[in-house]
Amino acid sequence: MSDISTTPRYVVTTHTTASRIAATGAVILFLVLVMVPFFAGRGLIQDLFFILTMLVLAQFWNLLAGYGGLVSIGQQAFVGMGAYAMFGGVILAGMDPIPAILLGGVAAFLVAIPTAFFAFRLQGPYFAIGTWVIAEVMRLIMAQVKALGGGTGTSLPRSATREMWATEWIAGMLDVRNSAARDILTYWLALLLAAATIAGIYWLLRSKRGLALSAVRDNPEAAKSVGVDAGRMKWLVFLTSAFGTGLAGALIYVQKARISPDAAFSVTDWTAYVLFIVIIGGIGTIEGPIIGVIIFFLLQALLADYGTWYLFTLGIIGIVVMLFAPRGVWGLISDKTGIQLFPVRRRLSGGTLGEE
Amino acid sequence: MIWVDTVVQGVLLGGLYALFAAGLSLVFGIMRLVNLAHGDLIVMAAYLILVLVTVLGLPPFLAAAVAAPVMFGIGWVLQKYLLNRTLGSDILPPLLVTFGLSIALQNALLEGFSADSQRLPTGAISTSSLEIGALNIGVLPLLTFASAIAVIIGLNQLFYRTSLGRAFRATSDDPVTASLMGIKPGHVFATATAIAMLVVTLAALYLGMRANFDPNIGPARLIYAFQAVIIGGLGSLWGTLAGGVIIGVSQTIGAAINPEWQILAGHVAFLLVLLVRPRGLFPRAVD
Repeated sequence: MSDISTTPRYVVTTHTTASRIAATGAVILFLVLVMVPFFAGRGLIQDLFFILTMLVLAQFWNLLAGYGGLVSIGQQAFVGMGAYAMFGGVILAGMDPIPAILLGGVAAFLVAIPTAFFAFRLQGPYFAIGTWVIAEVMRLIMAQVKALGGGTGTSLPRSATREMWATEWIAGMLDVRNSAARDILTYWLALLLAAATIAGIYWLLRSKRGLALSAVRDNPEAAKSVGVDAGRMKWLVFLTSAFGTGLAGALIYVQKARISPDAAFSVTDWTAYVLFIVIIGGIGTIEGPIIGVIIFFLLQALLADYGTWYLFTLGIIGIVVMLFAPRGVWGLISDKTGIQLFPVRRRLSGGTLGEE
Repeated sequence: MIWVDTVVQGVLLGGLYALFAAGLSLVFGIMRLVNLAHGDLIVMAAYLILVLVTVLGLPPFLAAAVAAPVMFGIGWVLQKYLLNRTLGSDILPPLLVTFGLSIALQNALLEGFSADSQRLPTGAISTSSLEIGALNIGVLPLLTFASAIAVIIGLNQLFYRTSLGRAFRATSDDPVTASLMGIKPGHVFATATAIAMLVVTLAALYLGMRANFDPNIGPARLIYAFQAVIIGGLGSLWGTLAGGVIIGVSQTIGAAINPEWQILAGHVAFLLVLLVRPRGLFPRAVD
């Protein structure tokens, strides 16, 4: 009996050395990114805003498709509804744009409930096109809302953008013009949203629910047999992802300050790009979308002048990666090196394993 | 009477949607593959016909006959060397590869033909109509609908009366056992997609003669086709026709109430069917 206290106990861990270094690195990176507006120009801030918001969209699509097995082509529904709810809050209810971002997330969450009700009746590839149809329905309905500009769209009123929360304070502190202060504010919010998204998804995946989620994705029948409620996991993932995508959509359109149904519900901008980011980076990992968004940004910077050729190339790259490296760039790296920056696998260590 | 006219126009429009959908339905029925580039392939075929018409001066129907074997070949190669590699239990690869293909095709067409909308020259046929009682029915919509019925009868005959059709059904049921019987699933799939591309060519011909098209309209055609397949029920070609007709009639009724509601009405009809009969009206395949 006394042995128990002296022999080392078995411990279940998920941390690795690489993940501890990565966590420290992530904190440092976050602090550096917070400081960026103090020394960088407006162009860099706008580029970083784009990267961070695309990263948020990619992480949520990855949660949906990579972990939840729900391949949606209708994420633009939640970007658009989030953005339109924010516009509605500002234009119709006279809210400040910043709290109206939350309204965007809530609106996306609410429309996700009937959306899921319909889309979950479809399986696999039909789910994918079903979500797309629902996004189209939302686009066509929003084009009928004349108070928000109808089919041609509308802009945020100047009074609302000029007096936005905290912009005056930022303008004074950093000695920049009002419009630059607005970019800095939205950048900081994007940074906060991206950090919260990654931390939140990582926490979810390491929790008991995350284990259940992976089990459902890998084998729904086996997961059900050990008591996992597969249907509830699908709802959880779908609604979470809609809420986050709606927040990102609202934030993106606070920065753009102009909306139209075709832009806000664009399948290319909010789903095709996001898909390529996740595929190229590596689906089913948290690292994948981070690498993917960087590659996507570099590609865009290199090829954006070529317009249609850029999209053509993106399509071909997506096909090639899917065929020859289905786990993306991060899959290749992690196969070679065994490194996982955000490990979710539980390992048994300590004790006297195999020493009997 | 105006309502009868609206419904008749809708039914005939449904014929066009059934033509869009028949190829999709065929490919899905045999290999459970949803080709997200289906709409863009229709648009590509329309441009191929347009090139033949403008460069060689062929009439549209003859141009489509020339384009058909080309599309057949494209379909065969596409399936054999690209899409067959994506088939398996994982649904991600086929979806993402065909989505990538859709983006690539759309932008290649934009690069080659610009975003200007085009139309196939039709001559007298586009304006001539038949007078039945008080109804005026266009010859072209009627021809489209008749073609849709002919295609469905043809595909059903192929499916249930020929050895190729037997190979299709066998491979669809159980590719492993089928290959033990000397069938090469890879070849069967390639042939199925090639045949689907023949239907696509016919759909493209009517699409191009009836309305303007440009490189960006592919995804919307895919959505109509998909809705027709789902409403009809998986695996039933006649169901697909019924689905196309339901979408067509909803759209013309919607448009008669308010022109801006045309597309929306089709989508709403689709969602309603999904609500009441999640497996479609005439489901055959269990999936």
